[in-house]
Amino acid sequence: MSFLELRRVSKSYGEGATEVHALADIDLSVDRGSLVAVMGPSGSGKSTLLTIAGSLEKPTSGEVLIDGASLETMSHNDKARLRRRTIGYVFQDFNLLAGLTAVENVSLPLELDGVQARKARVEGMSALEELGLADRATHYPDELSGGERQRVAIARAVVGERHLLLADEPSGALDSTNGEAVMRMILAACKQGVAAVVVTHDAQLASWADRVVFLRDGRVVDQTVPPPSPESLLERSKL
Amino acid sequence: MSVRHALLALLSEGPKYGLQLRHEFESGTGEIWPLNIGQVYTTLQRLERDGLIESDEPEREGPQNRFRITESGSAELSAWLSTPPDMTSPPRDELVIKVLSALRVPGVNVHDVIQIHRRYLVELMQQWTRLKEDEADFDLQFALVVDAELFRLDAIVRWLDTADGRLKRAALEPHAQPTMPRLARRLVVRR
Repeated sequence: MSFLELRRVSKSYGEGATEVHALADIDLSVDRGSLVAVMGPSGSGKSTLLTIAGSLEKPTSGEVLIDGASLETMSHNDKARLRRRTIGYVFQDFNLLAGLTAVENVSLPLELDGVQARKARVEGMSALEELGLADRATHYPDELSGGERQRVAIARAVVGERHLLLADEPSGALDSTNGEAVMRMILAACKQGVAAVVVTHDAQLASWADRVVFLRDGRVVDQTVPPPSPESLLERSKL
Repeated sequence: MSVRHALLALLSEGPKYGLQLRHEFESGTGEIWPLNIGQVYTTLQRLERDGLIESDEPEREGPQNRFRITESGSAELSAWLSTPPDMTSPPRDELVIKVLSALRVPGVNVHDVIQIHRRYLVELMQQWTRLKEDEADFDLQFALVVDAELFRLDAIVRWLDTADGRLKRAALEPHAQPTMPRLARRLVVRR
């Protein structure tokens, strides 16, 4: 069963003559362990899709289900708990809290969820270690490089028992080597059973996904079919 | 691709046999560019004729003959490495021609045509990226070749994205954009 499912989701802003349709009839499902990229130009509705999938915004019509539960019928508190426990967000500009160290940033969502501070810190450290940042744990965001900040943001998004990772242009202004490192981390999370959606305009980032969905003017216009095994590329070049 | 210079580069490491050169060329490019053994020997003969390499036994052909780079071969290799390839004139790219043609064919939506090609390219990129995921960590040369291919395909996708946006804006403001025939004429003049 899909972990994330969008059913005929539409979103409009404004009314009457000034009404803007940001999303129209979006159907999208993402299984656990799979990485889906949503590719489209600026203004195609990518970020709106992500905020709706992450329960940060309500659709005008249609339904969003996470782990089989409809967001529409969920209470405000239940949604807040879902955001704290199940969903990890990665934003283009990292959104780290400047007054907290790397490990404090990572363990904050757990503490907010009632996990004891010491235990949260241990889990935060372990997430940082996995991303090769153990020696930067006590540094503040402005003491970290762009690549390190983004890794901290990913550690924060996957810490604890998160099952859904939503990333908006996760490589941001990083160079291609760091961008690739970010995608490898997201893929590693997927291999541990996380369902991930990455929205991007960058084909190189999108090519890490199992499936690429193309968004144009708020509509899904196309998607890739599962690619054949990469060995076929090598076979073809030998012809 | 210059097989000639790639073979000179391999011989700059020391004397080698033809079969060895073929093997090293293929493994050095991540086996993405296979090389016919006949092509290896033909190229070696030409390099020898031009004085860029010499063999142990110039009269003898075949796998027992070993080749080494000469001084002029080293000079030629060094000059080739630092000479940028000619990229001054745009290639006659089939995809560009398809998109330009789609604009003129009645009943064809150019955006649909662009999307067909975009999807094909992204699917190809997914396959290349999978290769990188599996093998890049332990084979540097292979990773370099795969990166080159990914950047080449990515550049084409970006061109399609830009063309898509440009055509959309042009449709909204038909008089603000230069027409395609004028653009085409300018490219021809530059050639």
